[in-house]
Amino acid sequence: MIPLLLYVAIFVAAFFIVRLGARKMTERHDFTSLKTVTFGDESAVRPDRWASVISIVTIFLLWGAFTGSKWVPVHAPGPFIGDTQFTYTAEAPDGARDDATVFIRVFEVGADVTEPEIDPGDGFAKNDVITVGAWRSKLLLFDQNDEITRKDGARIVAIDGQPVEPGGEVITDAGRVAVTSKGSLNYEPPKGMQMEPIWLPPPEAVVARVAEIASEGYQNFTLWEHLGWSLYRVVLGFILGAAVGIPLGYAMGLSDWFRGWFDPIVEFMRPVPPLALIPLVIIWAGIGESGKIILLFLAALWIMTIAARAGVSGVNITKVHAAYSLGASRWQILRHVIIPNSLPEIFTGARVAMGVCWGTVVAAELVAAEKGAGMMIMVASRFQLTDIVIMGIILIGVIGYGIDILFRIAERWLVPWKGRS
Amino acid sequence: MTGLSIENISMRFDLPNGGHVQALKDVSLHLNPGELLSVLGPSGCGKTTLLNIVAGFLAPTEGRIVLNGHAVKGPDAERGMVFQQGALFEWMSVRDNVSFGPRMAGRREADYGKEVDHLLDVVGLRDFKEKAIYELSGGMQQRVALARCLANDPDVILMDEPLGALDALTREKMQGLVLKLWKETGKTIVLITHSVEEALLLGERLLVMAPRPGRIHTEYRLPFADMGVGQDLREVKKHPDFGQKREEILGMIWDMEEEIMGRAEEAGA
Repeated sequence: MIPLLLYVAIFVAAFFIVRLGARKMTERHDFTSLKTVTFGDESAVRPDRWASVISIVTIFLLWGAFTGSKWVPVHAPGPFIGDTQFTYTAEAPDGARDDATVFIRVFEVGADVTEPEIDPGDGFAKNDVITVGAWRSKLLLFDQNDEITRKDGARIVAIDGQPVEPGGEVITDAGRVAVTSKGSLNYEPPKGMQMEPIWLPPPEAVVARVAEIASEGYQNFTLWEHLGWSLYRVVLGFILGAAVGIPLGYAMGLSDWFRGWFDPIVEFMRPVPPLALIPLVIIWAGIGESGKIILLFLAALWIMTIAARAGVSGVNITKVHAAYSLGASRWQILRHVIIPNSLPEIFTGARVAMGVCWGTVVAAELVAAEKGAGMMIMVASRFQLTDIVIMGIILIGVIGYGIDILFRIAERWLVPWKGRS
Repeated sequence: MTGLSIENISMRFDLPNGGHVQALKDVSLHLNPGELLSVLGPSGCGKTTLLNIVAGFLAPTEGRIVLNGHAVKGPDAERGMVFQQGALFEWMSVRDNVSFGPRMAGRREADYGKEVDHLLDVVGLRDFKEKAIYELSGGMQQRVALARCLANDPDVILMDEPLGALDALTREKMQGLVLKLWKETGKTIVLITHSVEEALLLGERLLVMAPRPGRIHTEYRLPFADMGVGQDLREVKKHPDFGQKREEILGMIWDMEEEIMGRAEEAGA
C-alpha cells in the first residue's frame, strides 16, 4: 500500500516539477506545438520523454528502496537487527507473580550469531535468552529454566506490563509477542517495510545472478544457451509456420476451392489458444524439441495464413485491373502486384505471430523442457530463487521487445509505402 | 473492319433478394480509329459497366465487343485503362510504373528505355522518375497513369473518370494534356466523366446515357475537342455554342434525374 501511495506521489510531484522547470528546456517549435486543441487530438499527444525517464527511474528507486539495495541512497525502514528485550509476568498456581526478562538478539539470516551471556535473575521465573533471524519468528518455552513450570500450573499473565490471555498478543517496543493456546510465547521482531529477498531480491542481487548464470550456467546450461534455445525454437517454428501459412493464405485469397476447403479449418483453429494445444502436442510428440517446434509452427501458421489472405483481399481491384490491361499474366500479377501489395499485412501478421510464438515458447518450457528461458524460471521458482525468476522475466521481456523493434525496422525498410497509398 | 464496335450489348444479373438488374440494354456504337468519345450520364446509367465490358473485366449477357475485327474475350494490352485513382503500384518508382507494360511483355530496357523516358518528358515528369508514387501529388499521379498506359501502345485507351479526383485548376491543365496526347498519338479514346464541361471539351463525340435500363439517350458530334487542340481551353468555353450545348445537356440530365426521383416517389407511395 505504501509503495503504491509513494508511486502516485512521485507521479504527481514529477508532473508539476517537470511542468514548471524542465518545460523550457524541451520547448519545441514544430507544427504540432502550435496546436491549441490537444485534449482529444490524439496526434497532438506526444509522449513526454521526461515522464518516461522518471517513470523508469521511479520503478528502480522503489524497488531498491523497499529491498534495501546498496545502489539506492534512501531506504524504507528495514527489519530490526540487534539486541532488544521484553519482560513477561508469570503467575504461579498460588497467585504469586514474578517478572522475568527475555533478552533477544536479532541477526541477519545467514550471519553467525552467538547468544549473549545473561544473569538468570531471581524469583521463580528466570530470565531467558533467544536469537532470531530477521523476518523470522521464534517459539520461546519461557518455563524451561523456571522453578515453577507450566506443568506445575504457571502461566503468563502480562507482557511488558500489559495483561494478556493465551491466544492473545502484545505489540511491544521489541516486536510482536503472542501467547500460544498452550501458553508458550511466540516472538517476532519488527519487520520494517522492506521486502524479504525470497519475495523480492534487490536489483544488485538480480544483476549478480545475471553475471553468475551467464558464466557458470544454471541447470546445466548457461543463460545464453537457455535464451538461445528459446529463440531458436521461436524462429524455426515461425519460419515453418510462415512458409506454409503465407502460400496457404494466398491460395485462399485466390481460389474458391482453397477458400472453401480451408475456411472452416482456419476459422476453427484461429480462436484456439496455442497454449491449449500443449497437452496434445506433448502426448503426440513428447517434451523434446520436435514437440515445441510443432507447437510454435501451429501458433504461427494460422496467424500468417489469415494475414496473407487479408493481404490478398486488401489489394485494390483497380490495381489488378490495371495490371491485366497492361498485359500482365496471372503469374506476373501475383509476383508484381499481389505479393508486394500484401507485404504490409504480412508484416503486421508476422509481428503478431512472433509475439504469440515468444509467449507460447515460454509457456511450453514452463510445462516441460530441459532448457530454455521458461524452464529456467520455472525450476528457479521451485527453489525460491526469486532473483533468477525476476532476471528471467526481465530478459524475456527485453527479447520480446527487441524482436518487435527488429520487425518494425525491417518493415520501414521493406514496405516504405505502408499507410501512404 | 477497323475500330471499336460495341454490338447490341445487354447486361442483366440477379440480385440476392430475388430481383434483377438490367444494367444495360441494347447498346450499340462504332468508333473509328483515332476517335475521342466522352460518355456522360446520371449515376446508375451503366457507363462504368459499359467501360468495364469494353475493357474485358465484365462479360455482357448479350452482344459483343469487336476490336479491329476480333471479339474481345477478356482484358488485354490492346485496351489500356486509366482509372480515377489508386491504380498505380506504390512499391515501384515512377519510371518502373511507366515501364510496367513493356517489362511484363518481356521487352528489354535497351528496347523500351528511350520510349519510356520520352513519355515521362511528354507528361512533364522527367525530374520525378525515380520518386516513389506516394511522394507525388494527385495530378502528377494521374500523369503517371497516362504515361503508363501510353507506354504499352494500346489501340484503345479507356478512361474511367481519370480527372474526377483532381482539384479544378489541375483538372483544367490535365484536360489540355489529354487533348494533346490524343492528337499526338492518334489513339482511340473512350472517356467517362461526370462533368458536362469536361465531356464537351474532350469529346469529339459525346454520348449521353439514360438510366434504368442503361441505354444510349442522345449522341452528339462536337467541334470543341479539335478547337481545344490549338487554343486555350478557357477560350473554347467562351464559344457561344459551348454554353448552349452545356445548357441543353444539363437540362437533359436534370430531366432524367427528376424522372428517377418521381419514379422513386411513386414506388414509395
